[in-house]
Amino acid sequence: MSAHSAETIEHASNALDAPAKLELSGVGKEFRTKRASTHALSDINLTIRDGEFVSLIGRSGCGKTTLLRTLAGLVSPTTGEILIEGRSLWNGSKVDSSVVSKLGVVFQEANLFPWYTVADNISLPLRLRGDGKQDRRARADELAELVGLKGFENSYPRELSGGMRQRVAIARALSIRPKLLLMDEPFGALDALTRERMNLELQRIALATKATVVFVTHDITEAVFLGDRVVHLTPRPGRIRQIRSIGFERPRSIDVQTEPEFGAIVRDLRHALDEEE
Amino acid sequence: MSKERSKKLLPWISTPLILLVFFLAWDLFVRVYEVSELVLPPPLTVFESLAEVVADPVTWDHARVTAIETIGGFLIALVCGVAAGVVLGKVAWMERSLRPMIVASQVVPKVALIPLFVIWFGFGMTSKVIISAMLAFFPIMLNVQLGVRSVEAGQREVMRSLSASRWQTFTHLELKSTMPYVFAGMEVGIVFAIIGTIVGEYLGGSEGLGYLVVRTLNELDAPALFAVIILLSVLGLMLYFAVHGLKRFFIPWHESVYSQQDVNR
Repeated sequence: MSAHSAETIEHASNALDAPAKLELSGVGKEFRTKRASTHALSDINLTIRDGEFVSLIGRSGCGKTTLLRTLAGLVSPTTGEILIEGRSLWNGSKVDSSVVSKLGVVFQEANLFPWYTVADNISLPLRLRGDGKQDRRARADELAELVGLKGFENSYPRELSGGMRQRVAIARALSIRPKLLLMDEPFGALDALTRERMNLELQRIALATKATVVFVTHDITEAVFLGDRVVHLTPRPGRIRQIRSIGFERPRSIDVQTEPEFGAIVRDLRHALDEEE
Repeated sequence: MSKERSKKLLPWISTPLILLVFFLAWDLFVRVYEVSELVLPPPLTVFESLAEVVADPVTWDHARVTAIETIGGFLIALVCGVAAGVVLGKVAWMERSLRPMIVASQVVPKVALIPLFVIWFGFGMTSKVIISAMLAFFPIMLNVQLGVRSVEAGQREVMRSLSASRWQTFTHLELKSTMPYVFAGMEVGIVFAIIGTIVGEYLGGSEGLGYLVVRTLNELDAPALFAVIILLSVLGLMLYFAVHGLKRFFIPWHESVYSQQDVNR
């Protein structure tokens, strides 16, 4: 209940700041099999404004990935509505592909195509959409530079490290200049040091492209460090427990993590997560 | 740089050396134990015979027949194997209903059926083409079936999130991802096709290197027999490396190709 009132306050202040990029109202998802039905998401209400970076955290099984997948047009919600720039993403269980084409998605695995070079992987979405070869090449070069892979345009994915592959995946998602960037634990498979570097890089990229980002993670520090707001989901059924606004101005340096206020927020969230079970 | 080059050159030096040692050992064995020339002729006699066989234009007619039968059978197997593999890999109920038949056909020693094919399709080239096609078909089909199924779920998801059409998903993902399996099947298939052709020629007909093997055996001309076997090996090697070369050309990105290059480097 407290989560609900917090959200309405957010809602009011957002309306003044910037137009809503993404609006979820009453989104729920039930998975039905022959034997059982799982209530994965229940009554999710959330408004994200333009340029905002929102982290979604929660224990595994809390539905955060399911929520992201409904936003990405991969899983249809059972109830509720998802609006992206005021247009509905889902028509019943059918996805509106003209809305999906405004989204960029980064998964936990880079999922690159080993038969294409870095440049071809980055520009694959443009190719599918029918852009010309020169435009694709120009955009791929530009993005390779943005994500710090200049000089690797003609390399194959196998020649890259895990962190570099994930950079390619981010560049690929950015290639279509998405209105909304959705990331599902993109650095979950990376080692701690690489991860920290990637967080800084992602922050820089997000600000440089003025991207609106929904970022799923189970790492509280990462969530707080990156997010303008942190949304905490609780499991069974997956619902929003609380939304924390993070006051630090972006871009943030890595030193922000040693500030007492930062530590307090992380500690609060950790306690809240520990309370569940 | 020089180290890399020497690594690349290594097989070109080691292979002739190993062959030389092999022939010397062979020669020594024949001399020491005074083996009859009918059983194991010394290598020099074989080489003389090989020179004669190679100089004879009739040999090349036979070699051409064997090559055409093998390649023809292999191509038929490739087309049918890829088609059947794709259908079985994609259509679950079909695979399920045909699985017992496929397993049975795997277990049956197909070489044992070759006499039947000779009876049905005659002593000419047709029966050999069919036999080699049948032998090469199964490894190709099974590999393709596996390949169609092995498309990574995560990569599919990328295509879905980009709202790719079915055709785009096929050309950019499924086809590319299955290619390594097609080539793996082809590498096994070409060897099976050669076996099929030669055994077919053993059993009936008057053409082909397999027929030459039987004829030289009947003439008790052991050196010529060895010479023909060498020719057959060379033909087999050439066909295998042709397939292998195609693979390196078409899927240079695949680990079975580049890891080998790394080793050679």
